[in-house]
Amino acid sequence: MSLSIFYFLSFLAVLSALMVVIAKNPIHSVLYLIITFFAIAGHYVLLNAQFLAAVHVIVYAGAIMVLFLYVIMMLNLNADAEPQKSPWLKGAATIAGGTMMIVLVGALRSTAEVNSISQYDPNIGLIKTLGKTLYKDFMLPFEISSILFLSAMVGAVMLAKKETK
Amino acid sequence: MENIPGIIRQVPLNYYVLLSTLLFCIGVIGVLSRRNAIIILMCVELMLNAVNLLLAAFSSYYSDPAGQVFVFFIMAVAAAEVAVGLAILTMIYRNTGTVDINFLNKLKG
Repeated sequence: MSLSIFYFLSFLAVLSALMVVIAKNPIHSVLYLIITFFAIAGHYVLLNAQFLAAVHVIVYAGAIMVLFLYVIMMLNLNADAEPQKSPWLKGAATIAGGTMMIVLVGALRSTAEVNSISQYDPNIGLIKTLGKTLYKDFMLPFEISSILFLSAMVGAVMLAKKETK
Repeated sequence: MENIPGIIRQVPLNYYVLLSTLLFCIGVIGVLSRRNAIIILMCVELMLNAVNLLLAAFSSYYSDPAGQVFVFFIMAVAAAEVAVGLAILTMIYRNTGTVDINFLNKLKG
C-alpha cells in the first residue's frame, strides 16, 4: 500500500517537475510547480512528518507561489512573450543535467545501506518534538533567522520601491 | 516493531535518494535551458525542495528531529530568497522592460 502511494506521488512530482521546465506559458509553469509541491507535501505525510507537510503547504503553495503568480501577472508575461533558447542549447542543457544525474546516481549506488529501524520513534514529526529541538539545540540559528527575515524585508521593499530622482 | 509506518518498512531509503536526485537534476536542467528569469527562480525552488525531501526522509528513517528542523530553516531562507529575488526581478523589468536573462549582459566585458 505505502509502496504504491510512494510510486504515485513520485510519478506525480517528477512529471509535474518536468512540465515546469517544458511548459511554454509561465503561468502553467507556476501551476505545475504547485502540483509538485503538493506531491512533496504528500511525501512528508507519508514520512510521518505532519508538521513539515502543513508548513510546506502553507509556506510554498500558500505564500511563495502566490508571490510568483502575482509577479507574473504584474509583469504581464505570457507564452508569446516567452524567450526561447535555441534547440541546440536546450539539448546541451539536457545532456549536462543528465550527465550530472548519472554521476550522482553512480556515486550513490556504492553507498552502504544502513538500517536503524529497531529504534524508530513515531513522534519525530510532531510539533512537540520539533519545537523542543528547535528551541533547545537550534536557539541561536532561530534568532539569527529573524535578523535574516528583517533584512530580507527591508531589502525587498528598498529594491521594489520606485526610484525618486 | 508494530508502530513503524509502512513507508519505512516497504520503501528503501535509496528510493528517496533517487527521487531527490531526479528532482534536483530536473531543476538543474530548468536553470540551464530556460531564459525567463522567473522560471529560473522557480527551478531553484525545485532544487531546494528536492534537498528538503531528502533531509526529511533521512530524518524520518533515522528518527532524528534535527533533519526536520533543518528543513524548517531551509524553508525560511527560501521564503526570504524569493521575496528579495522577485523584488530584484521587478526592478530589472522596470529598468529594461524584460526578464530575459540574455539582455542582462551589462557586466560582460
